This record gives sequence, structure tokens and C-alpha cells, in this order.
Amino acid sequence: MSKFRTPLKNARGLGTAKTGTEHFVHQRLTATALIVLATWFLIFVLSLIGSDHATAVAAVSRPWNAIGLVGLLVAMFWHAQIGLQVILEDYIHNSLLALALQTTVKFVAILGAIVGIFAVTRIALGN
Amino acid sequence: MATRERPLSPHLQVYRWQIQMATSILHRATGVLLAFGALLIAASLLALMLGPQAWEHVTGVAGAWYGRAFLFVWSWAFGYHICNGIRHIVQDFAIGHSISAFVRSAWMSVIGSLIITSLVWAWVLTQGGAA
Repeated sequence: MSKFRTPLKNARGLGTAKTGTEHFVHQRLTATALIVLATWFLIFVLSLIGSDHATAVAAVSRPWNAIGLVGLLVAMFWHAQIGLQVILEDYIHNSLLALALQTTVKFVAILGAIVGIFAVTRIALGN
Repeated sequence: MATRERPLSPHLQVYRWQIQMATSILHRATGVLLAFGALLIAASLLALMLGPQAWEHVTGVAGAWYGRAFLFVWSWAFGYHICNGIRHIVQDFAIGHSISAFVRSAWMSVIGSLIITSLVWAWVLTQGGAA
């Protein structure tokens, strides 16, 4: 059926990159979330200066803090991956190297998010 | 064929430095630094989960001179990226697109980042500086 589609129909909403504007939209959405979450996190960390391990664990265990941290980890690694993807697209012109780096960035970002969320969850649920 | 270097379009090196270029480049540079910082946040949370001994490593590194130096640069990178990020979001709404507005908002990002960095470290120093 697809051969009956006009070129305009195929391109509409997708553009030449085949992914349309999701990338742009996700970058702005995660950025907006991070304005709140990262500012909160900075204040959270600054409030913990000089506290020992038990105090820090107790602070992370508090439900809203744990929720905030998980939200931060998701938005932060997502945003970082999007940003690094754009930088790699702009400066890496060797397609094999670009593929390797893009894959590495995605895997490391997901790994970082999983590790962070696992740690926060385990602390919050009593380790 | 094609043994001669092809002409290139003008790139960064032919332009006089201006603040809009600096803010754009810094946004990317601080973004890369913050991406590495994200990994450090995840690693620190893992250390917090693993116990007091692992956590002591984190606070030990954060308290050392090189840790302090990194935290200082990191805090500025955060302050800059969030100020300039807000600037970009405002510009996405087609606000402030005149050249003079671009220059003004660029300087606001730079000054904002310095204010955030000063506030953070003023607080750290009043807390006795223990990380």
C-alpha cells in the first residue's frame, strides 16, 4: 500500500531524519523538569553538608526525597543522552565511530539511571 | 580528480569573538561536564547504599582539594547551564530575538551563573566547608 502514498504523506511530521520533532520536544520537556528537579537537588545536597552516613540515608529515605531523586535521575540521564547525541551528530562524521559512540552514550545513560534508581529505591525501602 | 582542497564555508576561526558565540559553546561544554556529573551522582547514590565505608570514599574525594576544585567548576557549570537553558526556552517562545536582546540575555546567563556559584559557595563556607 505504501507505494500509493505521496512523498508529502511519507514526510509529513517526520522530516528527513524520520523522527520528526520528538527529539526537540523531549529535550525541552526534560529541561523544564530539570529546572525544578535539579534546583531542588542542589538545595537538598547543600542541606546535607557535614552530615554523616546515617543522616544522609535517612534524608534519601524520606518518601518525597526518594521520589524527587528518582525523577531527577530519569530526567537528568534522558536530557544528558539527548544533548550528547546532538553534539556527536554535529562533530563525529565517521559513521562507524558515530554509531559506536551513540550506542555507548545510550547504554551508559541507561545504566546510570538504573544504578541510581536502584540505589535510591533500596535505601528508601530500608536497604 | 578532486586532488585539490575544496573550498569550505567560513567557520568559527574567521569570526570576531562575540558573547553569543561564547554562550553557545559554553552551553555545550557545560552540558558535557554535567553529563559526567550525572554519572557521579548515580555513583554517589550507589556508595550511599553500599554503606558508611563506601560513603566515606565519596566524602573524602569531595573534601580533597581536587574534589573541591571539581565541585566548584561543577556548580558553576550547573548555574550556567540552567540560566542559559532557561534563556533558550524563553527564546523558543520567539521572545528576545533582536541582536541587542541576544547580547543582553547572553550576559544575563553569564552573570546569573556567577551569582548562583557565589551563593552556593557562600553557603558551603558558612557550613564549615565539610562536604
